[in-house]
Amino acid sequence: MDVLQLFVSGLANGCVYGLVALGFVLIYKATEAVNFAQGDFMMLGAFICLGLTNAEFLGLPFWVSVPIAVVVMGAFGYAIDMTIIRRMFGQSQIAVVILTIALGFVLRFLAGVIWGHEPVALQSPIAGRDVSFGGLVLGLDEVFVVVTTVVLTVALYFYFNRTRLGVAMQAASQNQLAAYYMGIPVRRVNSLVWALAGAVAAVAGILFASKGSIDPSIGLLGIKAFAAAVIGGFGSLPGALVGGIIVGLIEPFASYYIAAGYSQVMPYLLLFLILVFRPHGIVAQVHRKKV
Amino acid sequence: MSLLEIDTVTLRFGGVVAVNQVSFAVEAGEVFALVGPNGAGKSTLFNLISRFYDPAEGDIRFAGDSILKRQPHEIAGLGIARTFQNIELFEQATVLQNLLVGRHRHRRGNLVNEMLFTPFVKAEERRHRAAVEKVIDFLDLQAYREKYIAGLPYGVRKVVEMGRALAIEPKLLLLDEPASGLSVEETQDVAFWIEDIRNQMGITVLMVEHDMHLVSSVSDRVLALADGKTLALGTPQEVQNHPAVIEAYIGSSENDEKVVA
Amino acid sequence: MRTVFKTSYDADINLFRHSAQAGWYGLLFVVAAALPFLLDTFWLGEFTNVLIWAIAGMGLMVLVGQTGQASLGHAAFLAVGCYANVLLQERLGLPFILSFPLAGLVAGLAGVLVAIPTTRLHGIYLAIATLAVSILTDDLIVIAEPLTNGVVGLFAPTIEIFGVEFDRYATPARFYWLVFAVAVLIVLVYRNILRSPLGRSFAAVRDSEVSAQAMGVHVARTKAVAFGISTAITGLAGALMGHFAGIFNNETFNIIISIQLLLMIVIGGLGSIHGAFFGAMVVALLPQAIAISRDLVGEVLGVGSVAIPGLETALFGAILILFILFEPMGIYGRWIKIRTYFQLFPFYRRDMFRRQKSYLKTERMR
Repeated sequence: MDVLQLFVSGLANGCVYGLVALGFVLIYKATEAVNFAQGDFMMLGAFICLGLTNAEFLGLPFWVSVPIAVVVMGAFGYAIDMTIIRRMFGQSQIAVVILTIALGFVLRFLAGVIWGHEPVALQSPIAGRDVSFGGLVLGLDEVFVVVTTVVLTVALYFYFNRTRLGVAMQAASQNQLAAYYMGIPVRRVNSLVWALAGAVAAVAGILFASKGSIDPSIGLLGIKAFAAAVIGGFGSLPGALVGGIIVGLIEPFASYYIAAGYSQVMPYLLLFLILVFRPHGIVAQVHRKKV
Repeated sequence: MSLLEIDTVTLRFGGVVAVNQVSFAVEAGEVFALVGPNGAGKSTLFNLISRFYDPAEGDIRFAGDSILKRQPHEIAGLGIARTFQNIELFEQATVLQNLLVGRHRHRRGNLVNEMLFTPFVKAEERRHRAAVEKVIDFLDLQAYREKYIAGLPYGVRKVVEMGRALAIEPKLLLLDEPASGLSVEETQDVAFWIEDIRNQMGITVLMVEHDMHLVSSVSDRVLALADGKTLALGTPQEVQNHPAVIEAYIGSSENDEKVVA
Repeated sequence: MRTVFKTSYDADINLFRHSAQAGWYGLLFVVAAALPFLLDTFWLGEFTNVLIWAIAGMGLMVLVGQTGQASLGHAAFLAVGCYANVLLQERLGLPFILSFPLAGLVAGLAGVLVAIPTTRLHGIYLAIATLAVSILTDDLIVIAEPLTNGVVGLFAPTIEIFGVEFDRYATPARFYWLVFAVAVLIVLVYRNILRSPLGRSFAAVRDSEVSAQAMGVHVARTKAVAFGISTAITGLAGALMGHFAGIFNNETFNIIISIQLLLMIVIGGLGSIHGAFFGAMVVALLPQAIAISRDLVGEVLGVGSVAIPGLETALFGAILILFILFEPMGIYGRWIKIRTYFQLFPFYRRDMFRRQKSYLKTERMR
């Protein structure tokens, strides 16, 4: 296999990890909660799009079901925060972690009941086609993934820096109490952050589904995205994307150069080493408790 | 030889000099107070003695030996106990358990016999308990023995923290604002306790306190700090009337009112 | 409510607070020991499973409930204990009576080894690091195929102690008593830890590291010790699990088991031995409860038995969500409230347990 093709397929995988990690970081920065169900959000987004698109279910045109899936997942994120996460206010971070893990279990089950446990492929117009750039042949799906991620990242960047709501979210993430005193409706902003994370997860899920078949357990991919978020530094949005791409690239290259059994260990080994030696990721910031 | 010697200690946080060339010595058997406005470096000095920070320059000696080569957890073993400005108790444990943690430096059991709870460990527990009961009697904490810290009022927590430090059976007790947030009556109790701690238990006290009334009533000597630098050292009266101290508090030397608050 | 008049310090040091309490636990002990005479083979097996999970839960509880360090990777130590136990028997020919404690020791050392680099990590970061350890262990078992037989797995031999056989199927009662004896021993050790300086140093590290340090507690070492004790107990549970399952491979101890173990002790109630047992009952008996209710529903509706894959974990997750939202202290916390209600009847007030807080706590690191 060509090194360049390895690179592109790793990059495409990494973009998906990065987008899921982006969801983690969005929520973590804004609300101090860690959403272990982010991978399952992604899975759910992918299945909603599949359910709308595939002929055996609703059979809508792909480009109609994508925005619907994104909006539905956004609403879902908002609802989860409003009904469950908001009640956890004041409880420890780990309690939220455990709660969202449990939530992931429930979501995986629901997806299994609705769409079955067998792997299914999303009938998207992108799958299985090639594009060539001056002699270089690449999968259309992979190019699509990378381009969408770039567009989405740029959009998020402008959203956070140029729009009122984006700036409010940033303010709330810096200091919730101060933001509250400045008249920012922190609770609603938090719910909107969950909505945003849900929508991003839906995009990640659709991208993942357009590269291959999906089943309800793909939510476990969230663990890899988690590694990505930590590698990139847990509080940094660009870090999440970089971390995702690092993890995405390690996988194909490790399996190309090292024996297969060892290669899948690599992302977690890297995660462990980063935690031990640079616990706050590539962008290190250490805060000591004041006494 | 002084019990505690702070020898030209300097500490910087980035570009900020938190403690600047501070020197003083606490003699065995005295009550020594550190005063000064917020941010003067008083609590930072405590944290230096606790070895939470490494000084950039200077030396800290306890009973003649430098403590800079010690780890933070070894400080209690030397006989230095402390309280914290913002109470740091073990919230999900009872008052009794909190005080018993203070006995940790006197622990003689090991992993194996404690897991088996041998008669030796049981005898040790009785011994620790007897020591802790003395502290409970001294501070009138009988009513709170079995209570969890998480449910206690602020004033009681302050006393429990002092008790936990006393359970260490220290030679030197560092009290970080023992009276802050307490009522007039509670502050009066603290004053009596500090005197008894020194007179009856023979423990040297170094304290940070804003309440100048308490400081002048219990302390033998006072060191005034501002912006990490030494302003004045002497008896409470001398320090209160020192022009530099008045300036630091009032902001201008024209006003010759005494510093009371 | 019973008022205990204490006449010596021993009243606070002894295992039981008063004779009535000792009586109740004595009764529980007798009933538990007599279970093989009261239950059929199937249900005895289920209760053996409960006890094994309870041992594993106590192991994790030492770390999470007592020391405040969250681990999402304890299945790794179940695996270490299980493989060590069987390999020591098969490869070195050691008898169970030696291989079993050695397996605990190996798992404990593995825990200390993991703890040394990770004790600096707080809360969520520690959880992620242990998660990585769990996944790495899963993969390592596959990689170390010559030793572990990879994905094919290993058979656990029948336990033989001084010529007496303990087998889950051939002699279920004896196997139950063996597990029961281990569980009782672990409970005693756990209680001893709680009432000795060791347990207090764990609590000190859990509640305030700075303050623990100022009291002379070596924080990093205390965490490592807690890790070691925790993983040793978990390793013993893993060894028993291997014998209980008969055959096991890397999948037996995957990341889901790690997560399940943590969720289990949260449901049971963090910070108490009772919590480990209550949680174990939920985990081990839930599949049976589902099966029974499924048959019931099938009979009533006349549609036959309907199987829904994944219902177990989902129900487990849903139970957990409800507990975290409405009873963060778990089943044990609820049990205490109910008990207090009856003891004080009719003077119980809803706010009596208002100040309760969750055991786990983390400091945010930005």
